[in-house]
Amino acid sequence: MDGLDARVPVISPRRPFRDWVSTFGALSWSGFRRYATYRQATIAGSFTNTVFGFLRCYVLLAVAAGAAGGRPGGYGAEQLASFVWVGQGLLTVVSLWGWTELADRIRSGDVAADLLRPVPPIVGYLAPDLGRAGHAMIFRFLPPLAVGALFFDLYAPSRWFTVPLFALSIVLAVVASLGLRFLVNATAYWLHDARGPIALWTLSAGVLAGLYFPLRFLPDWLAVLLWVATPFPGLLQTPLDVLVERDPAPVQLGLVALQAVWATALITAAVFVQRRAERRLVAQGG
Amino acid sequence: MSVIAMRGLRKDFTVRVGRGRLRREKRTVTAVDGIDLGIERGEMVGYIGPNGAGKSTTLKMLTGVLTPSAGEVSVCGLSPVPQRTRLALTIGVVFGQRSQLWWDLPLRDSFALLRHVYRVPAGAHAARLRRCRALLELDEFLDTPVRQLSLGQRMRGELTAALLHGPSVLFLDEPTIGLDVVSKQAVRSFLAELGGSGDVTMVLTTHDLADIERLCRRLVVIDHGRVVHDGTIEALHARYGSRRRLVVDLDAPLAPDFAVPGAELVALDAGGHRASFDLLSSVAGAVVAELTSLAAVRDLALVEPDIEDVVARLYRS
Ligand SMILES: Nc1ncnc2c1ncn2[C@@H]1O[C@H](COP(=O)(O)OP(=O)(O)OP(=O)(O)O)[C@@H](O)[C@H]1O
Ligand SMILES: [Mg+2]
Repeated sequence: MDGLDARVPVISPRRPFRDWVSTFGALSWSGFRRYATYRQATIAGSFTNTVFGFLRCYVLLAVAAGAAGGRPGGYGAEQLASFVWVGQGLLTVVSLWGWTELADRIRSGDVAADLLRPVPPIVGYLAPDLGRAGHAMIFRFLPPLAVGALFFDLYAPSRWFTVPLFALSIVLAVVASLGLRFLVNATAYWLHDARGPIALWTLSAGVLAGLYFPLRFLPDWLAVLLWVATPFPGLLQTPLDVLVERDPAPVQLGLVALQAVWATALITAAVFVQRRAERRLVAQGG
Repeated sequence: MSVIAMRGLRKDFTVRVGRGRLRREKRTVTAVDGIDLGIERGEMVGYIGPNGAGKSTTLKMLTGVLTPSAGEVSVCGLSPVPQRTRLALTIGVVFGQRSQLWWDLPLRDSFALLRHVYRVPAGAHAARLRRCRALLELDEFLDTPVRQLSLGQRMRGELTAALLHGPSVLFLDEPTIGLDVVSKQAVRSFLAELGGSGDVTMVLTTHDLADIERLCRRLVVIDHGRVVHDGTIEALHARYGSRRRLVVDLDAPLAPDFAVPGAELVALDAGGHRASFDLLSSVAGAVVAELTSLAAVRDLALVEPDIEDVVARLYRS
């Protein structure tokens, strides 16, 4: 077969930046396409998120009505409604639950196929995950938000940079979430069965990321501790606080910067763990 | 320099075996036990052995997904594990039992994606894909998501995926497993054509020895992680004294003490009417002539030595 030999241009591992962008882009697009094939799951998921949106919204608005001064955690009623409805979409975008793909592939030995590609595994998971998040932004984020906007008064941001900052904050949340999920799943390299760590992650992510209640309802010292010492608030609470302008501009910016620090740290840790794992990797199955 | 070189290659697995309810004992399984092998550019090597011999384990070490316990290994001058992502650009791999395609995407999209992952120039990619589509008859299911493909269709897709970046070394672990006769033939003639150019080095494991007969000049047999034979199929036959067999149907029964030099009467069936001889040398003509003088020969068949038999004997020994 012509061209199937070593004379085909062998690409240097130091590929130019442009090549990397196109590889990354193609992988991201594959992630988008992949989720686009599951239409019924997308519709069912959106519907569920919307239903729970109503429940959460009525509960929080009742809390606000009963709170002294009507501003629990420093949020007004419109801000709380936005917090809920934007959060209902965002929780799928940042994939707060139910990602066990890497653990499953380690367990079955299919992870060997990931290693046979000329891209570092972490890139091979991050790029498609951003594509998945893009798909979720359109098909899981917008529908509940549209319904919420029909039935409730939502908060309209007043600062010009809030929306772009919110977008950046979402990207950082997705990256941090992938880093965390990768680390949790990677325990399967050592434990063979990552169900324990994954269950722990599912439990803590909901509470500590601010899904069940806004973390600002907690005493200040505890909220600060959560933000600085754990990556969880950066997954959901930070983007939401940014959008509803819960804090003055400098704090708003500072929260996103903190998110960036956590995202970098988590991806670095994931790369490190993957390297360690590969050194002792046992690819399962004949 | 050899394209593939292994020196003292070893892999030990530590397994924990439960003994009783609480105690667990560590045990070491040696899957590959000191393999020395050199494979030159353009060679097509059949790498065979019984179940659990260590074939897949060897291929995993050659492709960089498994770290050897000891020994040296190099493929295309690279050290597989540390230089894995670089090596990935120059090798093509098919592990028959697992998929390297994107499960949810149509085959066509997987191929398009591979072009970007491997940074293949569009022209070269299109040319190779056209070739594979024709030879492996992919067109029928090119738009079907991989998860909906039959095993044979998927395997043809896997082979294509392994080749689109123009690898100079191919590792195929049971590429014909579970395929029907027609698909097997399609895959074999495809690989034969690929190997015919002399540029692609190929290492193939299989339990279907017809694959080997069709494709591989060189046969490496391993057992318990060690090489027990390395050479041509003919050399294997010679070493194990495989013989051609002559089966003759006669009108009259043959006496059991019938003898012709160079032939050995091994069976007399059907009341002496059917005689089977192992031929030690080219004496079929002489045997038939001698028999004709005793009784009319109604039918005869000459059976070539069977590679399955030799290999079975080799595995058992
Ligand atoms: N991950 C693992 N952990 C423990 N032992 C393993 C592991 N993988 C393989 N082995 C052992 O190593 C030996 C060789 O396995 P391998 O998969 O290489 O065999 P094989 O020659 O490919 O066999 P088959 O023809 O059945 O595919 C077997 O005894 C197997 O039990
Ligand atoms: Mg095997």
